[in-house]
Amino acid sequence: MTDTAFTIPAFMLALPEIWLLTAACAVLLADLFIPDARRALTLWLSVAVILVTAGLVVIGFPDASTTTFEGMFIHDPMSAVLKVGMLVIAAFALLCSRAYLADRGLLKGEYFTLALFSVLGMMVMISAGSFLTVYLGLELLSLSLYAMVALDRDSPIAAEAAMKYFVLGAIASGLLLYGMSLLYGVTGSLDLATVSAAVADGQIARAPLMLALAFVVVGLTFKLGAVPFHMWVPDVYHGAPTSVTLFIGSAPKIAAFALLMRMLVDGLESLHADWQQLLIILSVLSLAIGNIVAIAQTNIKRMLAYSTISHVGFLLLGVLAGTAAGYSASMFYALVYALMAAGGFAMVLLLSRQGFEGDRLDDFRGLNERSPWFAFVMLILMASMAGLPPTVGFFAKVEVLAAVVDVELVWLAVVAVAFSIVGAYYYLRVIKLMYFDQAEDTHALAVGPEFKVALSANGLAVLGLGLFPGLLLGLCAAVFL
Amino acid sequence: MSVESVLFYLFGTILVASALGVITARNPVHGVLLLVLAFFTAAVLWLLLQAEFLAIVLVLVYVGAVMVLFLFVVMMLDVNVARIREGYAKYLPLGIVIALVMAAQIVIVVGAQAFGLEFFPRPEALPADHSNTRALGLLLYTHYVYPFELAAVILLVAIVAAITLTLRHREGTRTQDVSRQVRVKRADRVRLVKMDSDKGEQP
Repeated sequence: MTDTAFTIPAFMLALPEIWLLTAACAVLLADLFIPDARRALTLWLSVAVILVTAGLVVIGFPDASTTTFEGMFIHDPMSAVLKVGMLVIAAFALLCSRAYLADRGLLKGEYFTLALFSVLGMMVMISAGSFLTVYLGLELLSLSLYAMVALDRDSPIAAEAAMKYFVLGAIASGLLLYGMSLLYGVTGSLDLATVSAAVADGQIARAPLMLALAFVVVGLTFKLGAVPFHMWVPDVYHGAPTSVTLFIGSAPKIAAFALLMRMLVDGLESLHADWQQLLIILSVLSLAIGNIVAIAQTNIKRMLAYSTISHVGFLLLGVLAGTAAGYSASMFYALVYALMAAGGFAMVLLLSRQGFEGDRLDDFRGLNERSPWFAFVMLILMASMAGLPPTVGFFAKVEVLAAVVDVELVWLAVVAVAFSIVGAYYYLRVIKLMYFDQAEDTHALAVGPEFKVALSANGLAVLGLGLFPGLLLGLCAAVFL
Repeated sequence: MSVESVLFYLFGTILVASALGVITARNPVHGVLLLVLAFFTAAVLWLLLQAEFLAIVLVLVYVGAVMVLFLFVVMMLDVNVARIREGYAKYLPLGIVIALVMAAQIVIVVGAQAFGLEFFPRPEALPADHSNTRALGLLLYTHYVYPFELAAVILLVAIVAAITLTLRHREGTRTQDVSRQVRVKRADRVRLVKMDSDKGEQP
């Protein structure tokens, strides 16, 4: 065992991760020497670190799939595209958080350090080639997020949210680990490629494989927040400080999609017929519960949380199709959803100010009078979430539905469309509140210039990608050729 | 039955019994002590597998450090057991059903038909001078260097998170500022008062 030949791994393939880790530690130290009055400097440093990481990923964009660290790190086009999307959205989330955090006394260096480490965890997850790195990346992400949710120590609902997130997250990790341990038991390997080959071989008894598959699917969908493992999502999104909700509601969805792809497609593709059944049930339930319960919400953070659950249902649809077109449609959906969700939660930050959380639906009343431009941005975001053309959300839904129809699951596509129409109601209600109701609140919007630029760019990206969907769609399709 | 089998079943029984004790003990201190026993017996099982490094680390780290800390916390916190057990009887039937289903599934699945000796041949006993520590060290710093570093980052995040969530600078708490104590000058602490010795202060 100790005599197996060891060759020095190709470190350069993991250059973005190595840079991010080094820079995160440097930011952690540099923050000690920054006086409280100039704490925003840490924010700018963190954003710069993330953008440089994105640049490094783009420079090292791979033509084909290669692995390093003995197969534990996968360097392929899918991971590169997902990483760039995730990094840009994480940078957006940090950029939007300054005024909100400063007003609540939360503008601390640790916020940004934890965010950087969670981004590192997401990158590890996206590139994971073995159960070991899947799990370590997931824990690195989750631990940082638990702490970020609990950061506002004087808020009892934030503490409750953090506690729930932590306990349920630990249970989900436990389920996932149990599934992995059974797979390790029957295949004798932690490496996803080896596991895939061993399962495809057909020599393994079906009973342990099925039990392992059930545990893995439950663990993964717990993390994604699919029904019936969704109960934590609204409470955590509602209880966490809004800037943290923006962070956990957007970029980690891209990483969770990668996790699903790595575990189910890279690791267990030969069991596709089995996990397809599980995912069909989960996605139909998510579409139904997510869209119907969202109608009853009066708090926009909770409403967006239930909308997340319904979008997860859509995301699962593409994956369960099990075709290259389905995977690329889901990947497109994950990237687009993260972009829309980031914008949606940023709108809540826009309405917040010192001592006031603009997180009720009523706070959107008459936004058009207060700020026509941002009301328009919200209009684009809501239309996109509802899936109306010409926004990008329309194309995301069309691609997923086309992939589902292609594998002869027409009834599933019909169900998805029916619940999307139900869902359109609560998105359009926000638009109605903004344009046709009187403003109750006439305070000026108190956000910095960087926030306005970032949110405008987000809205324009949703519209622009809707007008020219081929750019990103082509990229997602090329990944699975 | 060989000596190893006898030892395995003996310590396996103690392990399961003490683990059951942990979750049924009424007194939390007893629970912690039973967990210590469970860790000790688990360490013995590792010794039987010739993994002496892991066995010793389990005793040193878990029993020596983590459980002692646990014991401190349990003794310092006023844990109201009655409140924790609220709803215990209400959820017990459902809990038992789920536990039985899970146990049945695991017994059916994790049996000899999938994990028997014909699938996984019995490993050869290692020579007496085999060093488990050396083998682990070689693996950790070569083949597993990437996950090893990631585990280190997770520990770093745990430190940052713990300090962020617990360190508070509250007004009025008497914290010791060592550098201020060292920097202090005589003039800061001692005040000489000139008084006439014969007059003194009259009451």
